[in-house]
Amino acid sequence: MKRYSVFAVAREALRHHTGWERAWRSPAPKRRYDVVIVGAGGHGLATAYYLGKNFGITNVAVIEKGWLGGGNTGRNTTIIRSNYLQDASAAIYEKARSLYETMSQDLNYNVMFSPRGVMMLAQTQHEVRGYKRTAHANLLQGVATEFISPARVKELVPIIHLEGPRYPVLGALWQPRGGTARHDAVAWGYARACSAMGMDIIQQCEVTGVRTENGQVRGVETTKGAIDCAKLGIVVAGHSSVLAQMAGFRLPIESLALQALVSEPIKPCMDVVVMANTVHGYMSQSDKGEMVIGGGTDGFNNYTQRGSFHHIEETVRALIETFPMISRLKMLRQWGGIVDMTGDRSPILSKTPLEGCFVNCGWGTGGFKAIPGSGWAMAELMATGASPLAAEFSLSRFREGRFIDESVAAGVAH
Amino acid sequence: MSARLATYGRLIDRTSKLDFTFDGKPMMGFEGDTLASALLANDQMLVGRSFKYHRPRGVVASGAEEPNALVNLGEGARFEPNQRATTTELFGGLAARSQNHWPTLEFDVGQVNSYLARFLPAGFYYKMFMYPRSFWKHVYEPFIRQSAGLGQPPKERDADTYEHFHVHTDVVVAGGGVAGLIAAKAAAQSGARVLVLEQNAHWGGRAPVDGGRIDDWPTDGFVERLVKELEGMANVTLRARCMVSGLYDHGYVLGYERVSDHVPGAEGPRHRLWRIRAKQVIVATGAIERPLAFAGNDVPGVMLASAMRDYLVNWGVAAGERVIVATNNDDAYRTAITLKKAGVEVLRILDARETGGGALMEEARRLGIRIDCGRAVGKVTGGKRVKAVQICAHQGAGGALEEVACDAVAMSGGWSPAVHLWSHCGGKLTWDDTAAMFRPDESRAPTGADGKPMAVATGAANGAMTLEAIAADAFAAGRKAAQAAGFKLKRASAVKADPAPESAIEPVWMMPARARVGLRAKAWLDYQNDVKVSDVQLAAREGYESVEHTKRYTTLGMATDQGKLSNINGLAVLADTLGAAIPAVGTTTFRPPYTPISMGAIGGEARGEVFQPLRRTPMYDWHAAHGADWEPVGQWRRPFAYVQGGEDVHQAVNREVKNVRQGVGLLDVSTLGKLLVKGPDAGRFLDMLYTNMMSTLKPGKCRYGLMCNENGFLIDDGVVARIDEETFLCHTTTGGADRIHAHMEEWLQTEWWDWKVYTANLTEQFAQIAVVGPKARQVLEKLGGMDLSKEALPFMDWKDGAIGNFQARVFRISFSGELSFEIAVPASQGLAFWETLMEAGREFGIMPYGTEALHVLRAEKGFIMIGDETDGTVIPQDLGLGWAISKKKDDYLGKRAQERSFMASPDRWKLVGLETTDGSVLPDGAYAVAEGSNANGQRNTQGRVTSTYYSPTLGRGIAMGLVHRGPDRMGEVIEFPGTDGKTYSAKIVDPVVYDKDGEKQNV
Ligand SMILES: Cc1cc2nc3c(=O)[nH]c(=O)nc-3n(C[C@H](O)[C@H](O)[C@H](O)COP(=O)(O)OP(=O)(O)OC[C@H]3O[C@@H](n4cnc5c(N)ncnc54)[C@H](O)[C@@H]3O)c2cc1C
Repeated sequence: MKRYSVFAVAREALRHHTGWERAWRSPAPKRRYDVVIVGAGGHGLATAYYLGKNFGITNVAVIEKGWLGGGNTGRNTTIIRSNYLQDASAAIYEKARSLYETMSQDLNYNVMFSPRGVMMLAQTQHEVRGYKRTAHANLLQGVATEFISPARVKELVPIIHLEGPRYPVLGALWQPRGGTARHDAVAWGYARACSAMGMDIIQQCEVTGVRTENGQVRGVETTKGAIDCAKLGIVVAGHSSVLAQMAGFRLPIESLALQALVSEPIKPCMDVVVMANTVHGYMSQSDKGEMVIGGGTDGFNNYTQRGSFHHIEETVRALIETFPMISRLKMLRQWGGIVDMTGDRSPILSKTPLEGCFVNCGWGTGGFKAIPGSGWAMAELMATGASPLAAEFSLSRFREGRFIDESVAAGVAH
Repeated sequence: MSARLATYGRLIDRTSKLDFTFDGKPMMGFEGDTLASALLANDQMLVGRSFKYHRPRGVVASGAEEPNALVNLGEGARFEPNQRATTTELFGGLAARSQNHWPTLEFDVGQVNSYLARFLPAGFYYKMFMYPRSFWKHVYEPFIRQSAGLGQPPKERDADTYEHFHVHTDVVVAGGGVAGLIAAKAAAQSGARVLVLEQNAHWGGRAPVDGGRIDDWPTDGFVERLVKELEGMANVTLRARCMVSGLYDHGYVLGYERVSDHVPGAEGPRHRLWRIRAKQVIVATGAIERPLAFAGNDVPGVMLASAMRDYLVNWGVAAGERVIVATNNDDAYRTAITLKKAGVEVLRILDARETGGGALMEEARRLGIRIDCGRAVGKVTGGKRVKAVQICAHQGAGGALEEVACDAVAMSGGWSPAVHLWSHCGGKLTWDDTAAMFRPDESRAPTGADGKPMAVATGAANGAMTLEAIAADAFAAGRKAAQAAGFKLKRASAVKADPAPESAIEPVWMMPARARVGLRAKAWLDYQNDVKVSDVQLAAREGYESVEHTKRYTTLGMATDQGKLSNINGLAVLADTLGAAIPAVGTTTFRPPYTPISMGAIGGEARGEVFQPLRRTPMYDWHAAHGADWEPVGQWRRPFAYVQGGEDVHQAVNREVKNVRQGVGLLDVSTLGKLLVKGPDAGRFLDMLYTNMMSTLKPGKCRYGLMCNENGFLIDDGVVARIDEETFLCHTTTGGADRIHAHMEEWLQTEWWDWKVYTANLTEQFAQIAVVGPKARQVLEKLGGMDLSKEALPFMDWKDGAIGNFQARVFRISFSGELSFEIAVPASQGLAFWETLMEAGREFGIMPYGTEALHVLRAEKGFIMIGDETDGTVIPQDLGLGWAISKKKDDYLGKRAQERSFMASPDRWKLVGLETTDGSVLPDGAYAVAEGSNANGQRNTQGRVTSTYYSPTLGRGIAMGLVHRGPDRMGEVIEFPGTDGKTYSAKIVDPVVYDKDGEKQNV
């Protein structure tokens, strides 16, 4: 892999950029790999990357039915934070957040992680108490957060309107080292690094079946033929239940469309990420200048990755109350992504009833921020059979009633 | 230079002059101008700067597809960035400022990016700015952010209003060009209700500019007559300035009407959002001309051929004095011919086709225009405006054969049907090789709820490119839509246009065909985002081969025009680079809206005071007049406390608590949910819903009930009163009323649909007042009426009767531990009853109290509060509420879940009281630490605070919390580190700290 740097860019400029090599190879699948990962989203690619980097396992294929990073990894609103309430969540999200801090250097690909700070507004007394509780939990979890006053909120976000007639801002939970990153770059950076380690990323190849023998995984059927493997990782977000069915087990997952939109780009006016859960909306400004806005999930299960209007309306309305100036901006485009929701809204990182087969899913509305931590834990789980970061997220928790419920502190978990 | 001609200009009224300013410069235009046509009329070629390289840019198009001419418009509370000049109607006093430059449009420091363009190819930022690490946040990113973005952020609160409009109709026609109008009439003739929406202020679309004859009328006359006819049809509604912005599932159509953008400040809404349900949608959105990708195609003065024609015919503006036309199809000849006839010098037509065009070419030649076939633009020279064109052979690398000085270039790369709406909701496209375009695939139309097609594409949007084809297609489409909407077709005569055959287009994705690399790096595909042919080629070379990768890596098509000019050219270049066929590469996804729509319109009327309904109890105004400090609880407002005289809120709470304990207080509990559950199976239903046994409750009795979800977690609590054999009244928490009602209905409708039960939410039908305190009975007895003695109405009974002059229902229930009567009267009587109670209670020192006093009172009694002691992870067993779980029932919601190992584990955190060793108040939400750390390095915990207050009754802090095996550890002291840096020590105690035996509520 040729390293990227300002010098490389300068050198290439002189020859009209004709000398750049492919970011990742596009190989035909081999007959057999030690590990096959299904799904080249952020989580699948990160899993492959840490299998190679932390455990030296590089005979790995990542199989993707579309184009890599084209699922939710390429559709989300890129908020990264770790101010979660429950210990298990805070641990994995904080691990991820800290890996984001150095990801550009680790991957030699600028993923533009920008710790611009994430703020969650408290707009009812109940939310005030909830966020104070989270701040106390974070204190013991080693996550740096703070409950801040309305005055401080205004200082950080001058365009905010504190005295909304319905839901005045009473304070906020503030994580200064939260932020955003460039979503595509995360997928591309991992793909490039995986490819450089000799892993095969096979795009436009759909897994259509899972082959098993005596309760043990043997390989997968794909639209590009059968591929054998000793271990299989299913990392396909909204399509997890479909893959699980192929592997012969069921998952407690429902798939819903989550809506998002961006405005036309304007000059910088908001540095931090603001989430307003009482009114259901959140907003940040991208480096391009677009206001990136996310809302809720549609009220019915489906698989169409389409924007619907009703949620957009509710979200925009809420944000106009919070940031009156956006009333005179225009919505440039809207879209939806299929999110994989578990009963407790927390992910599943687990062995499965099928020996050698592992799942990583259920990240739902908030898994972008988790990508490196999830890959790290999943790789450890697949390589060694156990990972402390993944332990609580096993499938058995549903049978035992050991839920990890985050909705406790905030309505949505983006 | 560009200038206004003395003739032409079918849309302007030369008698009505309008003054406006651009970057502070005073200019003049006419009624009917767009800002773009007026700027051109004032020779303002340079109108903005591009996003990345800050290149000088001019108007390139004449409609919604314009990527360059975006301005900051207006001032103060009516300021708006990124307004497209081509779709902004001119008005007197308009003030526009150009965007994305510093310090001025003419001299922009950001233009250094342009000189460094070579070092800033597609995706350069992924490859650099990584070291040193902290520089990204502190140096590189702020710099990038500052130079990116376009217009200025608005500063003030929007002065305008917006509204929503709801319509059901049979057929929506998107687009009021000839195709849309013909289709509308054809559909309407069947009797169907037809709604025709046109984004521009004028009807007829391109046809009046392009000429031709329909039904023996020149196109403009035909349009005028047809519009008149449609206006006269009762079942047809026409709306101009109203764009169809999106097509959604099940025939849901969004229209965006710009009601008063052209008369700012006029009365009424600025924008109106039409929310339409249609049986069928006719997509008659026309087609968009493609630019040609030659070097320097972004220099101000290079314009789409059709746009140049529009400016001349519609607004009497010539985009230049000496024009060169470059094309690969016949349509651009129309521009040359029109210009020539208007007296503009047309220096040359460069036709990339070796054999040139057909009849139109002959006409141009007859007019004396020189036509060079097989020739192309090698390069346009000039900075802020076009100076000359270097002409080369199209089939070559761009070696200049000749340089011709000129001041404008008209280009046409062919036309792309505007298939956006067709595609929004799943309609598929097919590649038409002959016409070199993607057009709607009729066999894969977007489908409605019934699985049948819900849209018909027609006219240019359907790939019909001659007037003759369009007229026939539109007539058929209108009839097809009406039929699909369920209407019988009547006999009607078809619409016929005169034939005007054209010769075939020759696809040109790069000009010249084998342009050398230096030229490719100057051939723009996406003007606004500065994406060039070389960028797409680089992306392909680096493995970003899928269209979506290319788009995201280069930002092609992601600008405010959403790639209307660039998408097809870009993906053709990509296909060419990959050696793949265009249809194999495919398009990116088209997403709503068609062009950007205002957030204000999306939000609609619901802002400020009416953002969400504010629910008020009948006593709301009284509370407000008596010092209520409001707390939002859901959509309700409840008094947190009533602040009197010089006291602060905390003093008020303390006073209220004491007054209830010692005298009597009044609490407005009207917001509590009151759900009526009725029917022969009501008891059985409630047995499933509550953990308690409700079916055995006797009429006249009340029971405190708990509700869990299917995961076993406690979701609501409240008192259930049995009214009669078949009727129960279920009280819920304030926040729970709607949610629990929905929960009941969900189970009734999906699981127990055969049970005979009805539910009704009566919350707002009654005002409910709690009269609480040792003197409560005295106050009520003073009013007279029903017998409220302990014997007549014991604790946990209810009774209907009279209190004074009021018909009331009285519940003997208590959430404070005091003697308490909760009294419901019809909502209309609420205020009168409240005032009567206040009056009667005066001698007993009655005072109203708010939600905070309510909390303190219940906490002193160890009563749980949903949302404090519960958070969706707590089961009744954790809260010592095992007594409320019936052991006699086979099942209830949550029962099975509560039997799971972790739920039944003795290791759960359980409810206790917490008493700080120094009497201080524990911080909200603090956690108790245990020894050591877990495997992930986090401090171990053993409990947390769920409620914490200052108790005026005890004169110290009181708290409740959930603690690991708490009830077994009474007396132990545990530690709570606070976010304030202090550590609090608290003893585990009984949660009930006041009147443990419940004597007081039982009197
Ligand atoms: C609108 C929206 C906003 C969001 N905002 C945020 C946010 O602000 N912050 C945050 O942290 N998270 C956010 N999320 C959530 C986040 O995007 C996801 O949790 C995360 O990207 C999931 O990554 P993934 O790798 O698990 O899934 P994906 O990226 O969806 O990858 C799964 C891949 O599996 C492939 N696949 C599926 N079936 C098969 C098969 N049979 N064979 C082969 N391949 C298959 C798919 O094509 C896909 O590429 C948001 C999500 C959405 C939709």
